[in-house]
Amino acid sequence: MEIVNPEEYEASHVHRVYENIAPHFSATRFKPWPIVERFLCDLPIGAVGLDVGCGNGKYLMVNPNVFIVGSDRSPSLIGIAHGREIQDSIVADALDLPHPDSRFDFAISIAVIHHFSSLERRRHALKSILATLKAPNNNTNGGRALIYVWALEQKNSRRGWDEGDRQDVFVPWVMSKQFSSAKAEGSHQNPQKLTYLRYYHLYRKGELETDIARAGGKLLESGYEKDNWWAICSPAR
Amino acid sequence: MKILTTNYLTCALRTCKSHPNSFPLHFRDAELQQDSSPFNASFIANILPRLDWSALLTTATELGFTNLPLEKPTVVDERVGMALHRILIETQVVEGKLVCRNCGHEYAIHQGIANFLLPGHLGISPLLLVWGGALAEIYV
Repeated sequence: MEIVNPEEYEASHVHRVYENIAPHFSATRFKPWPIVERFLCDLPIGAVGLDVGCGNGKYLMVNPNVFIVGSDRSPSLIGIAHGREIQDSIVADALDLPHPDSRFDFAISIAVIHHFSSLERRRHALKSILATLKAPNNNTNGGRALIYVWALEQKNSRRGWDEGDRQDVFVPWVMSKQFSSAKAEGSHQNPQKLTYLRYYHLYRKGELETDIARAGGKLLESGYEKDNWWAICSPAR
Repeated sequence: MKILTTNYLTCALRTCKSHPNSFPLHFRDAELQQDSSPFNASFIANILPRLDWSALLTTATELGFTNLPLEKPTVVDERVGMALHRILIETQVVEGKLVCRNCGHEYAIHQGIANFLLPGHLGISPLLLVWGGALAEIYV
């Protein structure tokens, strides 16, 4: 799929949607995924890292012995993350991260990269994240990033997509009544409930690994968990 | 926003990042709040080697903290540990601006949250900004 202006496209089909659904979305996001939890809990005390696209900040409190700066494009979600008074959170764009290069021990980006609407932007996002990580040298492995993206191959899920299906899709978010009153702009209204459509690029098997390599990353570990592809990588330089 | 975070922040503009003047960012009109949180000695001891000490000294001086040693300590005794905990973890900047000394861009901090979105992220074309700037000059 060729999108003429990916920035505008993501502004309408990703950013505006999250701004509108933030409280409802946040109320459904509280349980850490096991592989993410393990990655964070294995870090040494005093490790410093990033959560790029941290949403409501659910991963910021998993391990209190590390320091994480969470960032998200949605000010409403950062407002929720910040209210928890843990770690720190800022509003920022993953393609223009306000962090110095090569300073971080780790980074996570969970269910974020699949919202970029072109191959170039997805690889750019991975490159930005890799750039923040400590470079490997003779004595150390360098910083490590854990990346999660939604999989195309999920035939047993509610959505039922599988190999051979379209990879660029709109996924509806149906607002529950209790959250519907807040904001209605940009939605498809019906008398009962509001539905917002979010853009996703569903990753094929092997695609995340390829994107990481092309973004200058070295793959350390990868796998599939509950409808998602995940990978742990470090800068190759 | 915590002071520890500012040791890990630079200008979001790609063209500024490689320039030494973009780090650290500088506070303007900062309004501080002192919180209290439990002191974690081993956390502070492990954070210390990771800090950019000269950037921290710059930030601390700008905010009126003058009790940090000029050289990065090699061992964290209780006095230094507590001073670091107080500055890095317990001090919050609740309102103000972070300014890039390379390009002059100001990032607002409001209710403790710094916003690093650039005009391009907000759908404002750079051309319009230039035009707006020119207008502003005419009418000043």
